Amino acid sequence: MKIEIVDERFDPWQSLVDYKKNDLQNNPKIGASSVFLGTMRDFNEDSDVTGMELQHYPGMTEKYLEDIVNTAIKKYKIIDGLVIHRVGLLEPTDPIVIVASWSEHRDNAFNATRDIMESLKAEAPFWKKESTDKGFRWVKPTASNTETEDTQDEAQ
Amino acid sequence: MHKLMKIHVKYFASVRDLMGTESKDLDIDKSLSVYELWKDLTAKLNVPKDVLIAVNHKYVDKDFKLNDGDEVAYFPPVTGG
Repeated sequence: MKIEIVDERFDPWQSLVDYKKNDLQNNPKIGASSVFLGTMRDFNEDSDVTGMELQHYPGMTEKYLEDIVNTAIKKYKIIDGLVIHRVGLLEPTDPIVIVASWSEHRDNAFNATRDIMESLKAEAPFWKKESTDKGFRWVKPTASNTETEDTQDEAQ
Repeated sequence: MHKLMKIHVKYFASVRDLMGTESKDLDIDKSLSVYELWKDLTAKLNVPKDVLIAVNHKYVDKDFKLNDGDEVAYFPPVTGG
């Protein structure tokens, strides 16, 4: 398992290559790999967004991410899971979060990646503050943080 | 007199802006719930009702009783990902 909070722009694909090479190399049980990447948009709720600050609660964040991945390992019998999440000052197009799951078959990898992402959005202590043409504002969660239409990732 | 309990308080995001500080150390002389302490700390402020509360890095209910040495954090609903 890999859980990491990074405070500068990172290359999510290189992170995956590095992790696969160093930790999952030669694992013949893996038949499926599933990846979700969330990146920063330049708009939200009808405003142009020029930058974003991502705050987190050091210690609690890592604990919850570990718990979330461990839950997915038990529930979906995935072989391994990875979460890398950005904090600090971001610009549009910056990667925010990458989630990956590895399992024997595709269903479990797809479902685990989705579950990890939804649990992260509902529980992990991160907060976004946007810089818009109207000033700074803290992003409010949508009515259900487990729904897919949300504030920053998953462009429509 | 009861022994004083040492409590470390942290604030995040909009709650931090509202409180004007990242953290503070308190000595309290009676057992309080996390929400009773929140009401004491914010008595004169117009605070959000949807505050989330964690003790020692774990979410707790409003009636969770604080113990000596606890770290309690108050913050708004989370918006990561």
